[in-house]
This record gives sequence, C-alpha cells and structure tokens, in this order.
Amino acid sequence: MDDMSPIISEFLTESYENLDQLDQDLVDLEANPEEKSLLASIFRTIHTIKGTCGFLGFTKLESIAHVGENLLSKLRDGELAMTQDIANSLLTMVDAVREILSNIESDRSEGDIDYSDLVELMTYLQSGGNPEPDEEMEISETFAPVGQSNQPGGTLFERLGGQQAVDAAVDIFYDKVLADGRIKEFFNDVDTERLRNKQKAFLTFAFGGDSRYTGKTLGEAHRSLVARGLSGQHFDAVMENFGSTLRELKVPENLIKEASDIALSTRNEILGQGKVESMEPAPVVEETSPMKDLDTAEMELRAMEERRTGDQEAEEAFLASNEDRRFGGDRRSESIRVDVDLLDRLMNLVGELVLARNQIVQFTATERDAAFISTTQHLNQLTAELQEGVMKTRMQPMGNIWNKFPRVVRDLAKNCNKKVRLDMEGKETELDKTLIEAIKDPLTHIVRNSVDHGIESPDERAAKGKNPEGRLFLRAYHEGGQVNIEIVDDGGGIDPAKIKTKAISKNLITHQDAARMSDREIINLIFTPGFSTAEKVSNLSGRGVGMDVVKTNIEKIGGSVDIHSRVGEGTTLKVKIPLTLAIIPALLVTCGGLRYAIPQVSLVELVRLESEEGKSAIEYIQGAPVYRLRGNLLPLVYLNKELGLESRANSDSINIVVLQADSRQFGLVVDGINDTEEIVVKPLGKQLKGITAYAGATIMGDGKVALILDAMGLAQKAHVITEEGRELGRKEIVDREMDKAAERQTLLVFSPGNETRMAVPLSMVARLEEFSRNMVERSGEKEVVQYRGEIMPLINLSDVFGMSSYRKEDDTMQVIVYSDQGRSVGVVVDKIIDIVEEVVTIKKGSHGHGLLGSTVVQEKVTDMLDVTGVIRQADPEFYENQLAMAPQG
Amino acid sequence: MAMDKQLCTFYLDKYCFGIDVREVQEVFRYQEITRLPLAPNEISGLINLRGQVITAINLRLRLGMEPREDEIAPMNVVVRTQDGVMSFLVDQIGDVMEVSDDYYEEAPDTIPGALRELITGVYKLEDRLLLIIDTKKVVQFEAFAA
Repeated sequence: MDDMSPIISEFLTESYENLDQLDQDLVDLEANPEEKSLLASIFRTIHTIKGTCGFLGFTKLESIAHVGENLLSKLRDGELAMTQDIANSLLTMVDAVREILSNIESDRSEGDIDYSDLVELMTYLQSGGNPEPDEEMEISETFAPVGQSNQPGGTLFERLGGQQAVDAAVDIFYDKVLADGRIKEFFNDVDTERLRNKQKAFLTFAFGGDSRYTGKTLGEAHRSLVARGLSGQHFDAVMENFGSTLRELKVPENLIKEASDIALSTRNEILGQGKVESMEPAPVVEETSPMKDLDTAEMELRAMEERRTGDQEAEEAFLASNEDRRFGGDRRSESIRVDVDLLDRLMNLVGELVLARNQIVQFTATERDAAFISTTQHLNQLTAELQEGVMKTRMQPMGNIWNKFPRVVRDLAKNCNKKVRLDMEGKETELDKTLIEAIKDPLTHIVRNSVDHGIESPDERAAKGKNPEGRLFLRAYHEGGQVNIEIVDDGGGIDPAKIKTKAISKNLITHQDAARMSDREIINLIFTPGFSTAEKVSNLSGRGVGMDVVKTNIEKIGGSVDIHSRVGEGTTLKVKIPLTLAIIPALLVTCGGLRYAIPQVSLVELVRLESEEGKSAIEYIQGAPVYRLRGNLLPLVYLNKELGLESRANSDSINIVVLQADSRQFGLVVDGINDTEEIVVKPLGKQLKGITAYAGATIMGDGKVALILDAMGLAQKAHVITEEGRELGRKEIVDREMDKAAERQTLLVFSPGNETRMAVPLSMVARLEEFSRNMVERSGEKEVVQYRGEIMPLINLSDVFGMSSYRKEDDTMQVIVYSDQGRSVGVVVDKIIDIVEEVVTIKKGSHGHGLLGSTVVQEKVTDMLDVTGVIRQADPEFYENQLAMAPQG
Repeated sequence: MAMDKQLCTFYLDKYCFGIDVREVQEVFRYQEITRLPLAPNEISGLINLRGQVITAINLRLRLGMEPREDEIAPMNVVVRTQDGVMSFLVDQIGDVMEVSDDYYEEAPDTIPGALRELITGVYKLEDRLLLIIDTKKVVQFEAFAA
C-alpha cells in the first residue's frame, strides 16, 4: 500500500464509492426497469471505471467493465429488457470488479481469478442469446493495420527493421519523452515499463507487423491523460520526440514520414476527437491546425464528453434527457475529500479549545474589564460554533450504511427463495463517522438475520394468510441526544420454545432456569455467546458472528440493543446509539469535596429535599434507602458511600440526581449540584479500567481533573440493577407497553416465614419499620410496641400461618405498619423482599384463612395476604367501630 | 566493552533509584492531583498534563515503603509505558547519570517484599547503591474490582 501511487489510490477510493452506489442502483433498477435515470447512473459508473482502469493498465478489470458496459448500453437503448439473469450477471460483475479492486489494493495486481465465464455470460446475454462477436475481432477491425499498405518491400514494420528496431525505437522514444519537460508530467504515476511493452506491441501492430494487438483502443487508453489536460500541444511534443528517435536510429526520412503519419493518425482518437471508425491516415496539416486554435480547456471538456464516440449520439440524447446529471463534475467541486485523520486531529484540537475556553470563561468571572468580558463572550460563541462545525464535518448520514442493504437483502432473499421488500426511513439521520463505522457490521448482521431467519418463505407466508412478500423496515431517527435505529420484520418472530430447547441443548441454561424464565428473558438469550438460532446455517448469515457480538459491539460505543418479538407477527430490534462520543454535555456535582461529571444522557431529573421534608421523605427497606418520587419508589444511592468518601454537605437539604441505568431509575445522593458544562471525555489509563463507576475523566475550567461517573456502573456497584434485575427491568417495560390498559399495582413482597413469598398492595402499607425485640411488651395476650406515642398491637405472621420463622433469634424484626382511621397495627414478617409493580391477576388457589389467592410476582408464585382478614382474626377489636373494609387486592 | 547507560535518578526516602532515561518523558514539580476513589492505594490520582489526563502512582507505596510525610510535595517523573504515559511520584529528583554496566548486578533475592519484584538490578556506585526500577511491572496492578 505504501508504494501505491496517488493516482491508483484515488482510483480505488472513487471506484469503491461508485460501486456502493452501483449496487443500490442495480437493485432499484431491477424493481423499476423503466427508470432511465438509474440506467444512466449505472452506465456512467461502469464507464468511468472502465476508462480509468484502461489507462492504468488493468486489462482484466477493463475487459469485465467493457462487457458490462456493452450490456448496459443495450439495456439503455431499449434493445434488451431487464431480466433476472441480466440483473444477476451485472451484480456478479460488480462483485468481480470489487474483488479485483481489493486485489489491486492489497498487492497491486489484478489477481489470478478467472472471470472468463462471467464475460462469456454477459456477452451471451448482451446478444439476446446469440453469442457476441469476439472482443478481439472488434478491436482489430477498428485498428485495421494501417501500415499494411501497398508499399513495395513488405510492411512498414519490416522495412523499419522488424521487431528489434521497433523495440529499440520505443525504448529511446520513451527516454526522450520522459526527459521532455513539456510532457513528462503525464507519466509521473505511470508504470512506464508496462507502457513500453504495450507501445511496442501497438506499434508492431500498427506498422503492419505480426503481432495481434489485443489492448484497448487508443482513445480509451489515453482518456485519463486527456482528462488530466493532455492536449494537441502535448501530442505534438510527443510527435517531435518520435521523429527524432527514428532519426537517431538512422531510419530513412521517407520511412519516418510514413511512420509519423501513422502515429499522427491516432491523434484524433487519443485526444478523443472525431470518429474512431475512420482510422485511415488523414492529411496531417488539415488535422492539426484547427485543433491548435481551440482553447485547450474547452477541447478537453469536449473530449471528455465525446470520448465514447461509438455511442456518442445515443448517449448525448440520453444524457440530455437527464440534464441534471450531465455535469457530474460540476457538482463535485462543491465538496472535497478530506483525510479522516485530519478531521480527528481537528476534533481533538477543538476539544482542547473548548477546555481553554472553559478556563478563560472562569477567569472572566473575577474580571471587571468590560472589553475583556465581551471578548470572552465572543470567544465563547465562536468556540461553540466551531465545535458544532467540526462535529458536523464528522457527521455522516445513515444512508452511507443503508445503501448497502438493498443489495444484501436482495441477494439473501434470492438465496433463500424468499420475497422481501425493504423500506427505509430516515436515511438522512446523521451520526458521527466513528459511530457509523462501528455500527455498520452489527446492523448488517441484524438485517441478514431478519431476512434469513425472520421472514418466512412465500409459501409459508401465504399459508399463514400473510402477504407472500415479506417486509423489512429500517427506521432511524434522533431522539433525546441519541439516534434510534429500528429494524422491523413481519416474519415468523422468535419462538421462545425453540430458543429454550436450543439453549438447553447448548448448556446455556438448565431445565430449571428454562421453567423459571419468562418469554422475554428467553428471547434475550439470543444475545448470549454461543447461540445461533438458525435451524440450518446458510452461507449468508450465521458466519460465526453471533448476536452476542452485535450486542457487545453496540454497547462498546455506549449504545444499547433491545429486542421485541411476537411469534407469527415479527421481530423488532431497537438499537440506540449516542450522537457523538468526544464532547458531551454533563452535569457537575460535588461529593466529598471532589467534583464529578455526570453525562447528561443518563440524567433524568434533579430533586432537592429541604431539610425537614428530606428526613422523613427517605424511607428504608431493610436498610436500603428509597424515596417516593411521584408514587414510584426510587432506590437511593449515596455517592459518598459508594466512593468511600466523607460527605461534606453543608446543609441539611438532600440533593438527588435521578439517573437512568438501562431501564431502571435510581437516585444518586450528592453533596451539591453545580452546573452543566460541555466536557471533553478523556479515557482513563488501562490500570483503572476495572473501576466501572467511572466512564472517564475530563479537565475542568480551572485546569483540574474531574472524574466522569458512569450511571450504569454505579447502579451495578450499588446493586440497583443486577443481571436478573436488568432482565426484569426490561420485562417491566415490555409489559408496560403490552398491557397499557391493564391495571397495575405496586406490591410489597415479603416473606412471612418458611422462605415463602407473600405480597400486599403497597397502598395498604403505611410504613415499614424495624423494631428491636426488646421493645416488645405484652398487653394481655397480645404483643405490643410503643410507636409514635401509641400502643401498637403486633401480629406475627409466622404464628398466624403456623410457619417457623428464621428470624426469631434476630435482635430486630421487620414490621409492616397498617393504619386505619388513626389506629395502627404492626404485622411482623421475616423479611422484606422487594417492591414491584405488577399486573395482578389473582388465581384461585390457596385462598381463605388469611389469603386472597395467589399471583405471580417476579416470575415466582406469591400469595396475596388478606390484611384485613388477618387483622380481624388476630385482633377482633381493631375494626370494632368501623365498617368492615373490603380488601383492595 | 560494556555499554554505558544514562539513567534518570531520583530519591525515595534515603534510597536512590534509576530509570533508563529513554523511558522518561519529562520531570516536573508537584501539581494538584485529583483523588481517585475506589482505586488501589498506590494510585494517587489523576494529573492534567497539558490537556492529557495521566495517572499518578505513589512510588513509595508501590514499592512497599513508608508513606511520605505530608509536608514534602512530591515530584513527578513522567514515564512512557506500554499502557500510556504515567507519572511516578518521588521525593526528590537526582542527576542524570552515566553508568557503566561493569557495576551492574542482578538484584539479590533477599530484598524484601514488593521491592524485589519491581527492581531489575542494582548499580554499585562508589558512595551508594542505585536501584533500577522495572517500569513495566510497576505500572501493572493486580486486577482489582471496584
């Protein structure tokens, strides 16, 4: 790669880009064979590739492109209609071209793969079934050996002195040309050794020697040089060198004249002027003079336009009908190619500039000089704009990846005999380049999976009463500083039963696990390493890259992937990715005298509890602090405790930063909340990677370093979310979406004893308390405690249900306080397990005797406690002066 | 013919240590360090080195020595390692010395604890011993969970 000449690498870059477009165009064309503009675009792409590679001497590539072009021209002229076979062969051709290009890229040669079958097939198709005249024949007709004149003494070739003389002449000629300041620039990047050999072969042929010249036409060979400014003047300079070469070799003047005439006759063709068919040497004077008068630039333009003289008229008429595409070059001038490294460097510099700006802004706070302040403001604004601008240069539309998909889907669908319609929405959605690249493979994999495993065969679909043509829908959109990508198919969906069997057979889960897991959890098993659901592995998907890799790769760039599937209806994969990684808005907080940054992405809201309110608003479940945020329990995490710092909060108020980690929310209690600021994310050293609570570090306005907190890592560290919790969390979301109408209840789940599970609606619970055993006093038969200035009777659930408590020896006991009309009763339980939100459907089962029935909470059978029933039974006086309350469960 | 080596020397407590000068990027005075909760004790925190965030290692603790008294502000020896640039906090900077391999000897196994693991060898100078730090090992910490 190092020694690759710039012209070749540019050719490669351009060709790759063109090929991507080509794939898309061809697939579109197949769907809309009447779309002329598509044909024009395809034709032009192939044509460009052919022209350039001809000049660069990639003959194999050229020959393939050539037949492709012929085939396309027939299509364009309406001589042939687009068929499946033609589309296939054209796509195969694109692949072949790509293959050769990658060969050129890796070892500068076209490789030794034989494409003659493809060429034959295309030639066959082109003739509408009749074999084409041989390619070589065509060329030799064009190049009627002009030297084979009726001169005495045989051909000019022989008279010049045969092969040796021609070879020697070419060598000297090239040396001269390369030394000629007027023209040598055209050979800067060219493999002259190769050209020499070609030239020898050509001249041998042109002068009437034996050799059969099998290369390209002169026009094609020099087209790129013409595009680079090769004009009549340069041609004349070459001719001069040619003449002097022959003179040096002591060739008789008359023969020089004859040879020069032949060479001159190629002038038109080389410069792309006139008709190729007329190869007879025309009088030199008439040819050259009008040319010299022409403005060089204009001539070049003409030459470019008319270079394919054979199809010239047809093409012109054709191009005229697509006026806007005609001057592709004009539009290109509005954009330039920029090295990605350069953009990365710019991005880094802007990052530094943002930091410097932050520092200056901070200094300004203590300054009074109005001019200085206004300058700072100006700097501030400019930096913001610059940052935005540089970020934009790195933004790329989603279409850059999606453009590949029509081809991928088409090939795959053909391969599995399926019919798939691909719809895409939001192609223009932009995303940072590094992110675009990072999601390319995962997305391709998901799309492949959808077609290969998701969408059913047409027969199967018809049998199910679906449209035989499956639908794959891609959608991308911005949402809250993130890009969401959805991949939706209306295929068979994922059957949890199959996944289950498979996972068990692969030892990923046990039978017990399987029985316990919800469908949702089971579907998520496809993200487990070592899982592949395909009943048979096709050659297009199932290439060893599992969904686990997809998930890992997406999570690596701070994204997430979620799957929803319904058997028989289809599957939706939702991928969420941050817009950019380098500069992010963050909230600055203090804790233990240190500053921390929290990425705004994970921030939900801020809650401040004033002193009095604060103390009573925070409740404890088994020592775990929770806060009721608009009726939902929010687990609290104290940052100072997690980081092992002393709290230095200087007031009694409590600052809660509500964070989103995965699908769970939790409150992070910090000492102080400062401000939001744009921060530049700097990675932490490798030694610190193990600390998941940090996402990185940044440099603050005062030049000090601050750590960036990772909401996810903190949540895991504080056990707000566990692996199981994550799944449950996800499940909750789905359930919520699925049963929006269904009534949900927040339940307090506890164990009365014997490790059994019971639940009561949280709405019936006044408080949760922890009493020490020695607080228990006796009043008659009953156990009571003094609570808030009253005597509260206790009911021990393990006694009510005749269970053995594991906690009787403990010093403390867990009490659920139930209040009604100003009176309270304490229900003693073994253990508070959790607070969950569930759709409660009570199944008749173990009802009666203090129970309302059973339900399933967190995948486990849980009895619903009949609170009022139990109280009435244990303490008949409790309800004495009240109406009996109907249980709310 | 023994090859002479240039060593950047510094002091920890009363001991003299050296690092191959080619591994040292720069040396600078004490700079404010941002504490890094949850990190191992030997990691002092993070330093802003001209816009780059680098990890500072308390070399005394790392080598199993007594912690420095608070009033001594440590110096930073910035070392290029495989895992990026790191700063070693030392008591005092010494000279850059040219030493001959003739005076070199492997570290004796009787050196106690962490120190034996983290030094490669000793130069026997006239007036003192110069201990050579194995920077690769110094920056490697046991995997720790946070």
